[in-house]
Amino acid sequence: MDAQITLDQVGMVFDTGKEKIRALEPMDLSIKEGNFLAVVGPSGCGKSTLMRLLTGLTHPSEGTITIDGKNISGPTQDVGMAFQNASLMPWRTALDNVLVSFEVSPQHRRAYAKDPAPFVETAMALLTEVGLAQFADRFPWELSGGMQQRVNVCRSIVHAPRLAMLDEPFGALDAFTREALWAIMQRLWVERGFTAVLITHDLREAVYLADKVIVMSARPGRIVHAQTIDLPRPRTLEMTYSDAFQTHVHTLREQIQTEHDAT
Amino acid sequence: MNTRTIERAMPWAVTIGLFVIWELSCIFFELPVFILPAPSDIWVEAVKFAPELAYHSAQTLYTTLVGFALAVAVGVALGAAIGSSRMVYRGLYPVLIGFNSIPKVALVPILVIWFGIGTVPAVLTAFVISFFPIAVNVATGLATIERDMTDVLRSLGATRRDILIKVGLPCTMPYLFASLKVAITLAFVGSVIAETVASNKGIGYLMLSASANYNVPLVFAGLLVLAVLGVLMYAATAVLEMRTSAWAFRDSHLVQ
Repeated sequence: MDAQITLDQVGMVFDTGKEKIRALEPMDLSIKEGNFLAVVGPSGCGKSTLMRLLTGLTHPSEGTITIDGKNISGPTQDVGMAFQNASLMPWRTALDNVLVSFEVSPQHRRAYAKDPAPFVETAMALLTEVGLAQFADRFPWELSGGMQQRVNVCRSIVHAPRLAMLDEPFGALDAFTREALWAIMQRLWVERGFTAVLITHDLREAVYLADKVIVMSARPGRIVHAQTIDLPRPRTLEMTYSDAFQTHVHTLREQIQTEHDAT
Repeated sequence: MNTRTIERAMPWAVTIGLFVIWELSCIFFELPVFILPAPSDIWVEAVKFAPELAYHSAQTLYTTLVGFALAVAVGVALGAAIGSSRMVYRGLYPVLIGFNSIPKVALVPILVIWFGIGTVPAVLTAFVISFFPIAVNVATGLATIERDMTDVLRSLGATRRDILIKVGLPCTMPYLFASLKVAITLAFVGSVIAETVASNKGIGYLMLSASANYNVPLVFAGLLVLAVLGVLMYAATAVLEMRTSAWAFRDSHLVQ
């Protein structure tokens, strides 16, 4: 299968007026359709910049990004995003927060405006799948942090985007909630087959979810290591204690340590 | 009596208590009526002049509300412009602050030269005194929108208009209503200032002519009518606020 997303010598320099700060060294990267890519690296290594570039929210200062062979020049459509901060709208219920994806997406908005019923059904089915059926009409502040993140993840994939961009969506949660959400995330990804890019600090999370993990260096960011994770799916929490899993985590850890020591 | 009932009774208890202290002080210190009339004196005068009070307070209420409506329209538009464009912000903000620093009473004579005495200067004074907090708060509200939230919507393919309607406006609502509560009371101040300086109608005019006749209790009656109107208008905007942006007050102990 051809690569769905290709980065060709893409680099990023921020111009603050006083000085130019290089956030990303020119890099090449390709992501195949339906793959799960994880990006790990020390703080401030340009992971989030990379993600904003991939969704077209920021333009690269050099190089080109192509999705399905087309250069991207503005915010891409058919993408779902989830951030560490659940950023739900406090004036909308959980269900309405998920439905916003249909309300604004160019593919669905007209059909949604005409007859929202099937879309509400889709959203409810997804909320049910992540265990939030009884909480659909609750407001965000009535939900726990883990529940809010589940709503956030639902919002990012309910409209069946071909690409889901996940910027540390589980970063602020406690360990148990985080592990429960890994399983939910994996199940949704296996069922729906979208392409996913996950940015994370958590190496176990990266190895658990991804097909391929790339390690980025400290600023200016560049790819210093890429590792294919060939563990069978569906992966379980039990597997995270296996030797094969631990070996992957160790290798990544060493790469990051090398990067860390270098600075 | 439980805590809740006591809490409900608090505003009335404090208000009545203040009047009782006032009345007793007037009796105890034997204050002359033309210095500080007792509430009972004010009440007698208010009943005697009830038709005049009603007529003039209707006029004040009218000019205040028209001025306030203008202030909301202009304030929201200005605030939206300042809050969504850096250029407009840079250009307009210093001018607005300069304008707001001018004592509005100084504008009334100019307004009278332009429009004559009466309703129009009162409406305009109410307007110029109350649009500033609205504009500033709407701009602040727009500035507080989380970038993550707009990024999520933009990546879904939302237009600028979508983002303004679905995120910008709701985010701004609590700020807008907070400013409306300030603005409505300021609008009263504006109207009364203009009526005092240049009008033949309104509570401000009534109070001025009452004091010219040394009818101090009637002056105080006018003040009390203003206070009551102010509280009522404030309460009306507060109710509107609770209806439209209750989500912003979820943690506040000031509302139930």
